[in-house]
Amino acid sequence: MARHGIMQPPPLISVQNLQLTGRRGRGLETPIVDGVSFDVAEKEMLALIGESGSGKTSVALALMGYARRGCRIAGGKIRVAGYDVTEMPPAELRSFRGKTIAYIAQNAGAAFNPALPLMDQVIEPALLHHVMPRQVAIERAIFLFELMALPSPGTIGARYSHELSGGQLQRLMAAMALITGPEVVIFDEPTTALDVTTQIEVLEAFRTVRREEGFTGVYVTHDLAVVAQMADRAVVLKNGVVQEEGTTEQILSAPRHAYTQALLAANTPQVRNAPTQATDSGTVVPVLDVRDLVVGYGGTGPDGRPRHTILSDVSLPVMPGETMGIIGESGCGKSTLIRAIAGIQPWTSGGITFEGEALAPRIEARSAAQRRHLQLVAQNADLVLNPAMSVGDTLRRVLTFNGDAANGAEIGRLLDMVRLPSALADRFPPELSGGQKQRVNLARALAARPRLVLCDEITAALDTVVAAAILDLMMELKRELGIAWLFVTHDLHALRSVCDRVAVLYAGHRVEFTPISALEEAPHHPYTRRLENSVPEMRADWLTDVISLRDQGSEPVPALSSSRGAGCCYAARCPVRIAICEVATPPVWRSPAGALISCHLTSQDLS
Amino acid sequence: MTVAPFARRWVSVIPRIPGSLILFWLLLALLGPVLAPFAPGEVVSRTVFAPISAHHLLGTDYLGRDVLSRLLCGTGSTVLLCAATTVLACTGGVFLGIIAALKQGLTDTLLSRFMDGVISIPSLLSALVAVAAFGSSVPVLVLAMSLIYMPGSYRTCRMLALSIVRRDFVLAAQMRGEKSGYIVLREVLPNMTGPVMADVGLRFIYAVRLLSNLSFLGVGLQPPLTDLGSLTRENLLGLVYGAPAVIAPALTIAVLTVGLNLALDSYKGKAG
Ligand SMILES: Nc1ncnc2c1ncn2[C@@H]1O[C@H](COP(=O)(O)OP(=O)(O)OP(=O)(O)O)[C@@H](O)[C@H]1O
Ligand code: SF4
Ligand SMILES: [Mg+2]
Repeated sequence: MARHGIMQPPPLISVQNLQLTGRRGRGLETPIVDGVSFDVAEKEMLALIGESGSGKTSVALALMGYARRGCRIAGGKIRVAGYDVTEMPPAELRSFRGKTIAYIAQNAGAAFNPALPLMDQVIEPALLHHVMPRQVAIERAIFLFELMALPSPGTIGARYSHELSGGQLQRLMAAMALITGPEVVIFDEPTTALDVTTQIEVLEAFRTVRREEGFTGVYVTHDLAVVAQMADRAVVLKNGVVQEEGTTEQILSAPRHAYTQALLAANTPQVRNAPTQATDSGTVVPVLDVRDLVVGYGGTGPDGRPRHTILSDVSLPVMPGETMGIIGESGCGKSTLIRAIAGIQPWTSGGITFEGEALAPRIEARSAAQRRHLQLVAQNADLVLNPAMSVGDTLRRVLTFNGDAANGAEIGRLLDMVRLPSALADRFPPELSGGQKQRVNLARALAARPRLVLCDEITAALDTVVAAAILDLMMELKRELGIAWLFVTHDLHALRSVCDRVAVLYAGHRVEFTPISALEEAPHHPYTRRLENSVPEMRADWLTDVISLRDQGSEPVPALSSSRGAGCCYAARCPVRIAICEVATPPVWRSPAGALISCHLTSQDLS
Repeated sequence: MTVAPFARRWVSVIPRIPGSLILFWLLLALLGPVLAPFAPGEVVSRTVFAPISAHHLLGTDYLGRDVLSRLLCGTGSTVLLCAATTVLACTGGVFLGIIAALKQGLTDTLLSRFMDGVISIPSLLSALVAVAAFGSSVPVLVLAMSLIYMPGSYRTCRMLALSIVRRDFVLAAQMRGEKSGYIVLREVLPNMTGPVMADVGLRFIYAVRLLSNLSFLGVGLQPPLTDLGSLTRENLLGLVYGAPAVIAPALTIAVLTVGLNLALDSYKGKAG
């Protein structure tokens, strides 16, 4: 290819035959990365693709001369911007990390100190490495904030991390990384934890800033659609070995290696579910029936409604054996709804019945059978399992608590149900991978023989391949055991592949309630459409298209006269809103395809 | 299958607790009086504050009694008394601390106010008051000191537990309907053993210091019982001669406290 031509400048990053080894506890050293080589030319963006455990983060960290605890760089050469990273003394390495290379990690929320104003933290690298005086650093930070389209760039630095959303923090973290004007920037899954609508803003911010600053980049991710937007070239890793290397276009359109093809397949939506014929015709008692639920905090006001409402009159019937999906962006109240159903979040009005009987708001007041048949599988697998209790003991306790036989065979059967070897029973959670933890988490819920399982973003923290396996597993269990699922997510792909019906939540309102078959057919609520358009696609100009579409759409929207009140909850962001939207609560009507939509516009308008 | 993981856990934990050191002091405490070459109260020499000799390995005290024998007995009382105090104080503190973190609300407020009240009085003062009111018998000393050191342990454990009870596995246990006792002992406590052990070490050292101070003031253990503090006090005059009679018990206090603390600090629980 052209970059091997004679006139080509030497690559800015060059990795040759990199070997990384690690050990678990007192075990033997095992290779994590084995003989990885690649080059990155100046101002180029290279994507490192692979599932979790493929060693992509390890390689990215090695570029900064860093190895995680228990790991070390065992061999090979890494040259970055003229420095020999493997040979550098620690002091030099520190200033190299501050000035020449910068790192943007997945979870910005955890990276900021909640007790310090954000500006202090953003400019800290510049002051620490004496790159520029404080005042200049602040100016540069504000310039970067502006570039990344952060709201009120001049004053945002005075705020604290808990006051900002995940997407905003991610951009602030990028500003922190770029403050010293590094030549190389490493992005490690920077948008994986964000929902799709926020992801667009952050990706666009990264692209703008790269255009302006012109750094060389390494983008670590498992999301091929993101790769299509961000990277020029890509390297596919599996088990620490390079599988394939090429331009983004070539990798995405004509992958040569079987593994890349599998990755592509996991990224393309596929239907896993054989839809159950669930209807609310009235003949079957719903397994769960949420009626006009209102949840809020700050006490109740004079009108009997909470001062601050999180959920407004949400209704949701779930039929036996059905998969109900709940989708919405971060902060829309999905987890709150799940917590209310689970009995750990009190509600103000409305009610919930389970198998025909009313559920008490507090878990303590529910019957043993209700507690048992309604199980919660929470989002963060790291917090969900007791690190000091072995997998076997965790499952055993649930069995004995419910008065079931708790022998080794039964535990083996449970582990087998979630496709884990029974030898895992003796392990402790810190010794498991993310996907394995989530399976154990699922097995614990299944141990109680539930009728309905509440799943709060159970695949959010997992990469595509592992997440796909968990979804497959869910559907198998649904078929085998007839379990109904309430599946909360912000991933539309996952939703499409497993759900029978979908409720779309926006700011605590159910704006649309649709059978999955109707999801493909117009009309839809404007917010549902926006969600659909936000799912990244594999074509390279998708992001550009979405951004230009959004900018077009946003122009005719005038400023809202009243920020809160009776009108439609989506009015502030709705591109097609009309005068009445601000003053009157929209009616709910049924589309020809069977979707319940709450909007002032008619079926024709929205089609 | 059911026993194996349990057994494995205990076998793997024991050598990691600085067991040998604790065992050494406990053995010394129990066997001390047996090992003593002389009766501790007996005047065996006409020289007072005698230096180290083959006959009296640590010399003699201000009345001419064998210092080694008295030290062996005194160490025993100090170690046993303070160990009892620590066990009582920390059991109460750990359990109540976790309960407070778990229940929150009124339970937490009441417990915390009570502990704040106790901790606001200087420890020496409350000990003196207790001794003045109930006399300085062994049970009074142990109970008073336990009460004095429970709030410290309570505070530490409450803080540690607060971060653990918010994790979802505790929630899962609560949702299952588990009793508080099970949640405290099986779900929360195992995840804070490291810091709790360090705290236990600290309480023990405080107890040794307080008991020594009380005895030094003459209101601690009463003759014929002795402890390291009273041994130091009664031989204070020997300081002028550099007599081992005063140096040995002081040094023993130092070795006991510093050694145990270092050892317990190095203990790391599973949760790190
Ligand atoms: N006790 C509370 N006090 C103040 N605000 C609260 C409280 N509980 C929840 N909220 C707010 O209610 C909203 C809904 O929260 P919830 O956790 O249900 O969102 P979510 O849809 O699950 O988001 P994510 O996708 O990020 O998990 C958020 O804006 C949150 O900040
Ligand atoms: S009611 Fe109005 S503002 Fe709300 S979604 Fe429909 S058109 Fe948009
Ligand atoms: Mg949530």
